[in-house]
Amino acid sequence: MDFFTHFLAVYGSLINFIGINALLALSLYVTLSAGQLSLGNAAFAGIGAYSAGVLTMHYNAPFVVSIITGALLAGIVALAIGLPVLRLRGVFLAIATLGFGEVVRIAAVNLDITGGAQGLVGIPNKTTTWMIFLALAAASYFIARMRTSRIGWSFESIREDETAAAVTGINTTYYKTLSFTIGAIIAGLTGALYAHLNYIITPGEFGFSAAVNLLIYNIVGGTQYWVGPLLGATLLTSLPEVLRGIGVTAGPIRMCVNGVILLLVILYLPNGLVSLFGRAGARKTKVRADSPSGEV
Amino acid sequence: MMLLQIDRITRNFGGVCALESVSFPVERGTIHGLIGPNGAGKTTLINVLSGLIKPDSGSILLDGAPIHHLPPHRIAALGVARTFQNIRLFPAMNCLENVVAGQHLVAGRPLFPRLLNLPSARREEQAYREQAMACLERVGIARRAQVLARSLSYGERRRLEIARALAMRPRLLLLDEPVAGMRRRGLEQVGDLLVSLINENMTILLIEHNMSFVMRVCSTITVLNFGSTLTTGTPEEIGQHPQVIEAYLGGAGCHA
Amino acid sequence: MEVFLQQLINGLFIGSVYGLFAVGYTLVFGVLDILNLAHPAVFTLGGLVALWLVEGAHLSIWAAFPLAVLFAGLLGILLDRIAFAPLRHRADSYFSGLISSIAMAIIFESAALGIFGARTVRFPAGTVSMHIWRFSGVTVTSLQVEIVLVAVLLMVALTSFLHRTRIGKAIRAVAESERTARLLGIHVDAVIAWTFFISSALGGAAGILFGLYFDSLSPDMGRSIELKGLAVIVLGGMGSIPGAILGGVAFGLSEVMTVAITGTSNLRDAVAFTVLFLILLVRPSGLLGRGRIREA
Repeated sequence: MDFFTHFLAVYGSLINFIGINALLALSLYVTLSAGQLSLGNAAFAGIGAYSAGVLTMHYNAPFVVSIITGALLAGIVALAIGLPVLRLRGVFLAIATLGFGEVVRIAAVNLDITGGAQGLVGIPNKTTTWMIFLALAAASYFIARMRTSRIGWSFESIREDETAAAVTGINTTYYKTLSFTIGAIIAGLTGALYAHLNYIITPGEFGFSAAVNLLIYNIVGGTQYWVGPLLGATLLTSLPEVLRGIGVTAGPIRMCVNGVILLLVILYLPNGLVSLFGRAGARKTKVRADSPSGEV
Repeated sequence: MMLLQIDRITRNFGGVCALESVSFPVERGTIHGLIGPNGAGKTTLINVLSGLIKPDSGSILLDGAPIHHLPPHRIAALGVARTFQNIRLFPAMNCLENVVAGQHLVAGRPLFPRLLNLPSARREEQAYREQAMACLERVGIARRAQVLARSLSYGERRRLEIARALAMRPRLLLLDEPVAGMRRRGLEQVGDLLVSLINENMTILLIEHNMSFVMRVCSTITVLNFGSTLTTGTPEEIGQHPQVIEAYLGGAGCHA
Repeated sequence: MEVFLQQLINGLFIGSVYGLFAVGYTLVFGVLDILNLAHPAVFTLGGLVALWLVEGAHLSIWAAFPLAVLFAGLLGILLDRIAFAPLRHRADSYFSGLISSIAMAIIFESAALGIFGARTVRFPAGTVSMHIWRFSGVTVTSLQVEIVLVAVLLMVALTSFLHRTRIGKAIRAVAESERTARLLGIHVDAVIAWTFFISSALGGAAGILFGLYFDSLSPDMGRSIELKGLAVIVLGGMGSIPGAILGGVAFGLSEVMTVAITGTSNLRDAVAFTVLFLILLVRPSGLLGRGRIREA
């Protein structure tokens, strides 16, 4: 027990960050799983973080209320911009969501209520490690189980071929918006949790770099299976610490390592680290031997 | 009443008139062929029928109800399934999964029981998979069920697309060159399959260039040329129609 | 009135630099259908290398400029060899190319950080001789004029290159249809290498001009222009070179005008990205684009 507490004392902050990043990566995963290249989840996290932080600080709202409001607000914004934006395909959607992210960041910098460029300071510390990982476990379970539901099959069909999905009877607009909104809600929830973690949040934390990082966690981990984003987030969040531990302290080198890992993955392991474990998460598509069709 | 009534469908692209006042009926329970030289507008018409393209004017009635303004998923929900000339499968899924994906309209798969992994959900899933396997068997690729769609042979992919369409339990099947590139055995099998589907009360509208196949399985044929309907009739009538023969430059119309 | 005229002129100047930068972006997109997100990093390195040549090697700016531009062009070829060429045969090459360009951007930026340090630097005083002209209450510096002249010269050179030379025509052919170009015997890989050379050379040139104009260079200067460059090419039409130039100028003008009208620079970027957003929703093909909004 002693080791455990000692471990937490030293690495507690890192573990929290891993949890937060994993949740955020998972939120993007939901949107990616429907084939939508959205880069807006960092902004949705920002919306969740700021609204929750403001509610707690300025309106003395209870913690749970702030968190839920943050998540829902992110979801509402996602619904609002999702309908027009999701008509765009591929790289255009990415650019639009990046633009959206910039608008959110600029709003955070310029509004008084968000504390401007200095950020929101003095948010009470209410988030614990257990909360983060509980949320992570719940979200992971939900997403894993969703895969074999109608929603999951619809997402995957749209991702594979949107036109074919449409003529199969799938309402692509509905499901794309759903994937976008669910992702935003999870991101908003995570942002709200994050806001109550370290007393302060600043606009820069939810900007372009963060948005791209979420994409990188998914790519490196693998986008075919929900474990992928968790793997990618864990690896890339802890890597700087590991490098520091073995003596690589220079910031630029750590940055370069990230870039090299991403390059190697996209060149040689395009389905991410998860694909190293075989066709991971393959649904059980075998039919029982004693079924009428007899075939396996 | 005709199952499908296509009435003066017109569609322009930029300055090009792809479809000009195309009109013909499709009778219930028949295999209706749609032929014409390349660029005649056949695939465009199928795209309009399945809702991927909206016509500039004209109407399409399915069992008396207009469908030409509906989005593709709504038309599919009314019982219209289609395949694509260039074959659009879900490449990272295997054969069985492709067909299961096609069950969207007929399979509930609610989220809640699945979240809890209830036995009812698992039983339901088993039933759906058996139905999917049945579709694969119907088209003759059941033994390839676990193979990824992108690894299939050309003929197998065409059949898989049909299997996925069948999973929707449609009443109208729009097939865009289903036997392109197939040889004699494949042609026979698909021909037999189509006839058996008709016996189960399905209706089929079929684009094909393989004239002998068309003449053999279709009871009615519509000929398109330069975006307009040349004529509609039985295979015998079409085979002897002077303008049809001319449109094909004395080619396909004469082959047995 | 004079203020308006002044702002107009300022807008034109900064707009020409934006345009030069955007031309590089849009050239690669037009030919390869890929968004090269390493372009801003080349922009940065071009500027920093020019600075090093002037400060460290004591070259005059007139010698350093073409050398740095050449270096940037070579970086572009390297970029193609490492990150894009290996992925060309893939079905999803536009997406994997995007990812590998992100990876290279990270690597390039870490190199800039490591080699040049994180400080903001500037070209030494006297690098460019400064004359100031005043007329009608408007101030124009010789630096501004030189920047515009260089930018215009480069863009004119590019246009005649694309229309008069064999390679230029080959580039345009590949942009139209890679397969047809290959069938016609055009050596597509060489053409693509040339495209990257030109695109990155222009990007590097833009970086040097940017550094001179704002009298500051830093390893993350690419960040500020990264999203703006995207907004410019969307505005002008992805794949259209005249569109990029037009878009750049329009963007520069809108930026400057927003500051003039609102009296503060806070909303400047917000207006820009809102415009980007609206364009994507209303007319994604932009002002002069070819309307190829690819399917997901």
